[in-house]
Amino acid sequence: MSGLAVSGRIGEPSAAAARRGLLAWVASVDHKQIGIMYMLSALLFFAIGGFEALLIRIQLAVPNNHFLSPDTFNQIFTMHGTTMIFLVVMPMLAGMSIYAVPLMIGARDVAFPRLNAMSFWIQLFGGILLYFSFVAGGAPNAGWFSYAPLSEPAFSISNGVTYWVLALTCLGIGSIAGAINMIVTIVTLRVRGQTIRRLPLFVWMTLVNSFLIIMALPVLNGALVMLLIDRLLNAHVFSPAFGGSALLWQHYFWGFGHPEVYIMILPAFGIISEVIPVFSGKPIYGYGFVAASTVAIAFLSFTVWAHHMFAVGLGHMFVMFFSFTSMAIAIPTGVKIFNWSATLYHGRIRLTTSMMFALGFIVMFTMGGLTGVSFAVAPIDWQLTDTYYLVAHFHYVLFGGTALAIFAGIYYWFPKMTGRMLNERIGRWHFWLTLIGFNLTFFLMHPLGMMGMPRRVFTYPDLPGWMILNMISTVGAFVLLASVLLFLWNIQMSLASGAAAGDNPWDAWTLEWATTSPPPPENFALVPPVHGRRPLWDLKHPDRADERAWVEG
Amino acid sequence: MSGVPTLNPFSPEAASISHLFVAILCVMFAIFALVAAIVTVAIVRYRDREGAADARQEFGNSRLEIAWTAGPTLLLIVIFIFMVRTIHASDPPVRGRTPELRVIGHQWWWEADYLSSGVVTANEIHIPVGRPILIDLESADVIHDFWVPELGRKIDAVPGHKNHLWIRADKPGVYLGACAEFCGNEHAWMRMIVVAQPQADFAAWQRDQLAVPAVAVTGEAAQGARIFREQTCINCHAIAGTAGIQRIGPDLTHLASRRILAAGAADNTPANLFKWLKDPNSIKPETHMPNFQLSDAQTHALVAYLETLK
Repeated sequence: MSGLAVSGRIGEPSAAAARRGLLAWVASVDHKQIGIMYMLSALLFFAIGGFEALLIRIQLAVPNNHFLSPDTFNQIFTMHGTTMIFLVVMPMLAGMSIYAVPLMIGARDVAFPRLNAMSFWIQLFGGILLYFSFVAGGAPNAGWFSYAPLSEPAFSISNGVTYWVLALTCLGIGSIAGAINMIVTIVTLRVRGQTIRRLPLFVWMTLVNSFLIIMALPVLNGALVMLLIDRLLNAHVFSPAFGGSALLWQHYFWGFGHPEVYIMILPAFGIISEVIPVFSGKPIYGYGFVAASTVAIAFLSFTVWAHHMFAVGLGHMFVMFFSFTSMAIAIPTGVKIFNWSATLYHGRIRLTTSMMFALGFIVMFTMGGLTGVSFAVAPIDWQLTDTYYLVAHFHYVLFGGTALAIFAGIYYWFPKMTGRMLNERIGRWHFWLTLIGFNLTFFLMHPLGMMGMPRRVFTYPDLPGWMILNMISTVGAFVLLASVLLFLWNIQMSLASGAAAGDNPWDAWTLEWATTSPPPPENFALVPPVHGRRPLWDLKHPDRADERAWVEG
Repeated sequence: MSGVPTLNPFSPEAASISHLFVAILCVMFAIFALVAAIVTVAIVRYRDREGAADARQEFGNSRLEIAWTAGPTLLLIVIFIFMVRTIHASDPPVRGRTPELRVIGHQWWWEADYLSSGVVTANEIHIPVGRPILIDLESADVIHDFWVPELGRKIDAVPGHKNHLWIRADKPGVYLGACAEFCGNEHAWMRMIVVAQPQADFAAWQRDQLAVPAVAVTGEAAQGARIFREQTCINCHAIAGTAGIQRIGPDLTHLASRRILAAGAADNTPANLFKWLKDPNSIKPETHMPNFQLSDAQTHALVAYLETLK
């Protein structure tokens, strides 16, 4: 029971006793410090990727703009996409898993702490390598998807794409090592009593996600090596002019790329599945269905890659097959949305900042999911793919979905990580500015695409309505900038003078809230007994414990 | 011709897609409104406040789960059936027909070869009204994508992989098109127009395009013709009736008859043509057309010559 005692002490984040200062972090193999470093590096690259987004929006604010040259624009949008996917979303989610999972399963650390440190440092090295390309003759300029033969040496003369290949190979190695670590940790280090069916959903989704990573990332890394051989040793795997195949690259890339979309959303689903029950004061509705639908999504995600290739011209049977599987994946996704919504009913909803982001997630992600279904309908894809409608769609998934969930997770776990609360008042401002800025920036991209504006264009003709919609979108991007600055200010202020968090400020029920905030290096003095999915709830309400409620109906 | 081309179709093929799209948009809106309403009602009704009831500890309901799994499944099956119909209506099979037109995507312009008549042009495709034309789509370098939203689907031009598509317009007019697949620096200015004409006008246009223009022998135009031959223009561009047969850049035989310049980067006026020849980058930055550092006089002569190529 001592694990529940509220402690007034606010210590260093995991005081790695012997070492002080920077070395305590650089030399650390502690999962909490490594998790925080992952998140800080993601925050740094978020600032850079966000700055690139602003450059893009400034260039597109008016037609026939000369703010950026075409090649610079191409470098910027390539770096924006690559950065946000590989250096922001993936490490941010990985950091959250690495920080929270061992605590949520009552473990002292991950299974392989040194491998954990390697994953982070090779990830950071990959990021630096990617950005080094700017001073080494030009950043990559063939898009985050680097379609052949545009990415082949005949059409991409700078070293940018080569740096892109090398950087992504590093990131892939880091991600795969991290995923193996997570799987072994979750399978072997759970505290006694925490069966697989009692796993917190965030841990469950991290587990499923880790399997996705170890199956999808090697596909990319294999293809990257082939592209590297094409570029450096004059092979022609992907150049049709010499008997290679441009389409082969697309199959490899999306064979990785579509599972990747789910790699970027499953842990976000996990965060939402923790935050919504806690702030509704209820267990998740339909635990088994939420867990099983995650597995269904993971399996299906390997069968839908070619919906990125509907416009390639591969025949109607091919299109219909992938259209069918792509529609099917909407079903388990819908099951999740209904279960989160049902969790709210008959609850007692505390509208904390974290909860507001989670509720915003449900609504905004639904929009992204629905436009996603419209792309599964192949003829609609034939009209709207590669237009701004698609840009709107995936930003509703990755910003309206993943980013809002990440903010929900940060407001939720920040007190645990630092011992201090984030300011709720600034938090509410942050939430509303984000929601307004996001919709201003991206909603009108739907009509822009329907009006015929292709994506990845450095400028556009002055056709009726195009300028005003683009201008509003640019204004929205600056509102988002304001929201991000507010968020950073909140972090900085709260770190310095935020209210003390205590062990369990949210009255939550998973194991990480049973230890001090921040937790000691060994995580727990004593792990409370686990007899159900909500050990701290059971402790607090022995008469209404979950397992008993189940048995008694 | 209209503000929202994907919703204002001018061919049966495009119409079948836009009808389906409108239907799906309605379904999407209904589902979105439903989810937004569910969340809003929950927040209003179950918000934590003085006197609010304790949260009820409930774990789920299998019947509800089955309902919200089966409901969307049925809806998607219906959508799938309509989709299959639309696939066939919007992209009919080729059935052994010979293409009438070959369109080749280049970095960053479109070549159009009329296979039966022998007309070769660029960035401006003429079609007769009301009759579906089968296009054979190819690429000379990287992947491009042919897209004229008012007339139907888009499809990639992939090197080493031949594609076909039907194009048809029900009404005469000028339809805007663009390259929709990222293809390098000037992807933005790889646009085109499709001019749909009544059959008689289309035939007349083809006749005019096949005529061999007279090469000017006197005056500024003759000087321009000499510059065309001597200042390396001829190494990349073809003009019927001259020694120029290379097709690295667009065929210029009837350049003056076209509406747009540099794949849509400018209107085809003598003033723009002058700017383009003098400094191609000022109209289309980072284009493959080199700046030959022509003097003003040389450029004027060249414009005079090219303007004779009606």
